Amino acid sequence: MIRDEDIVRVEAPRISAADRLYLTQIAQGMKVTLNHLFFKPRMTVQYPEQKREMNTQNYRGVHRLNRDPDGRVACVACFMCQTACPAHCIHIVADESPWEDREKYPQLFDIDELRCIYCGMCEEACPVDAIELTYEYDVVGRSRDEMIFDKEKLLEVYDSTKDVKPRKNPKITGYQRTGDRGKYDQLRDRLREMTQQSNPISAPHQTVDGERAPAPENKENA
Amino acid sequence: MLLAFTQLGFSSILALVILGIILGMVAYSIYFERKIAGWVQDRYGPNRVGLPTLVGDLLPEKYGKFHFWGLGQPIADGLKFFLKEDIIPSHVDKPLFLIAPCVSLIVALIGFVVIPWGGQVAIFGQVFNVQVANPDIGLLYILGVGSMGVYGVVLGGWASNNKYSVYGAVRATAQMLSYEIPMGVAIMCVVLTCGQVRLEEIMASQVAGWNVWNLFYHPVAFIILWITMFAETNRTPFDLAECEQELVGGFHTEYSAMKFAMFFLAEYAHMITGCAFLAVLFCGGWDPIPFVRIPLFRPEDTGIIAMLAKMAVLFGKVAFFMFMYMWVRWTVPRFRFDQLMRVAWKGLIPASLGVLAVAIAGLYLGLHRTLWFTLPGNVAVVLVSLWVMSRAKDPVSGREANLPPLTRSPELGVQA
Ligand code: SF4
Ligand code: SF4
Repeated sequence: MIRDEDIVRVEAPRISAADRLYLTQIAQGMKVTLNHLFFKPRMTVQYPEQKREMNTQNYRGVHRLNRDPDGRVACVACFMCQTACPAHCIHIVADESPWEDREKYPQLFDIDELRCIYCGMCEEACPVDAIELTYEYDVVGRSRDEMIFDKEKLLEVYDSTKDVKPRKNPKITGYQRTGDRGKYDQLRDRLREMTQQSNPISAPHQTVDGERAPAPENKENA
Repeated sequence: MLLAFTQLGFSSILALVILGIILGMVAYSIYFERKIAGWVQDRYGPNRVGLPTLVGDLLPEKYGKFHFWGLGQPIADGLKFFLKEDIIPSHVDKPLFLIAPCVSLIVALIGFVVIPWGGQVAIFGQVFNVQVANPDIGLLYILGVGSMGVYGVVLGGWASNNKYSVYGAVRATAQMLSYEIPMGVAIMCVVLTCGQVRLEEIMASQVAGWNVWNLFYHPVAFIILWITMFAETNRTPFDLAECEQELVGGFHTEYSAMKFAMFFLAEYAHMITGCAFLAVLFCGGWDPIPFVRIPLFRPEDTGIIAMLAKMAVLFGKVAFFMFMYMWVRWTVPRFRFDQLMRVAWKGLIPASLGVLAVAIAGLYLGLHRTLWFTLPGNVAVVLVSLWVMSRAKDPVSGREANLPPLTRSPELGVQA
């Protein structure tokens, strides 16, 4: 309930007699529009000829599949992106990898660019930064089928955009087969040691009274 | 061959030519309307459809694509209107629904016949009036035909069998009724000043003697007539008949394709006729500069070149007034309906009656064609209306009248 004394009523200013004829006010308005008619710069971007400046590094446009330094597809067919995709537009068929350093690779990798909502979840989910969104936004196709990008097309997109937007983590390479104590496993062990020692705040399994809760079983090690 | 050498033959040819010019002007008015809308809003407006697109494409690459400022847009628009599906809703009154756009367009296109486009012309010793028809009541004809424009709107709104359309039609009617009065009274001032209702005689009286245009005798009447022209043609700020925010599309909500285009063309044709009418009544028609006699532009110049020059001047004035129409449209917001009525009944009608009183007094005293009498009279009318305005209460609108009286709160320091 608003108290009466809290109400401040504002009265419209009294308009002068000349302004009540409207003509003086209209003349003022016409002066403003005349100024815009002839003397103001145009704001329009003439699209196909001119393009707006954009941040090429974080724009969420068409996808690409990155290549590792050897030129092979970097994806390891882990299905993380397909699982994360809210639009269900990624379809992967995995196969045994022909190469020594990884178990799987995508035999088919299709993204339906018409169904995609360009949310970037796939990029977030990928453990090896193999899938990325690029700054390309003007893709066209004559049919729906043409807009389903397959693996070759996605790799082509990488080839055409890598100069402007290089792969985020080119270091992620040399994947090891599980069981080999390669660089990857050493790194993982060191990380685990770091979290369990010293810093109590980041130690995730500590309870209130200082007792250490049993760490959950690590499936990878089992 | 003989027929072409009578006034009838000449008039027929002239009618076709002027009709062509007006239709072309209509098409390009729509183009410029969109251009001006763009410019006022810091955009470019339509600039893609090149006139001969081929030429634009054939230019060497280094010039880029040249689009001819989008001059082909009216052609593309016209094609679009012809190719669109023409829907006749099942709930409409079909005969009236079909007649309405035709009435609109026909009425808008026959108005121009009494406009004197270029004085007189002599071809092989024969003197013709550069005017399609020359009735004794030219002025009344154009008033009557102009008012008929609302029939198309009313028929269309009624036949559409749609509440919004009927609202639009009813508004258009009320508006027309209100604004016809100041319009008629303002025109009366011209009639009293010139003592004529034939348009070419009104023209002749403006180019006789000192070349004083009627504009200078009665500037207030000119402004009033100009304002009512906006209302007559349903243009912003008086386009309540089709205001999109309240009435969807007003009377043309149910119309599509070419039938909608006919309403659209009618509006612009009506505007062009109105502009020509205004130019002839008040701004000396084909006379380029007041108070001066220029060779080529005297009434006794009857060569073909003189005729063409005179027509060019008149069309230039029409173009200027069309530009004003558009400029105002993209500046002034639409009036509310009660404001619209207040402007007519409390503003324009008393003011126009005042000017009429000045004109009548002038006629009575024999001073109706003397500037030192009519000009001060007009100024007096403006001063009196300013005085009335300054004494009038603020217009009360909507719920303002129902609010409780202001409470005063001294402890808050509020000055109520
Ligand atoms: S951007 Fe979003 S919607 Fe598109 S493929 Fe990736 S996860 Fe799916
Ligand atoms: S998440 Fe990355 S590695 Fe896994 S399937 Fe998708 S693109 Fe390939």
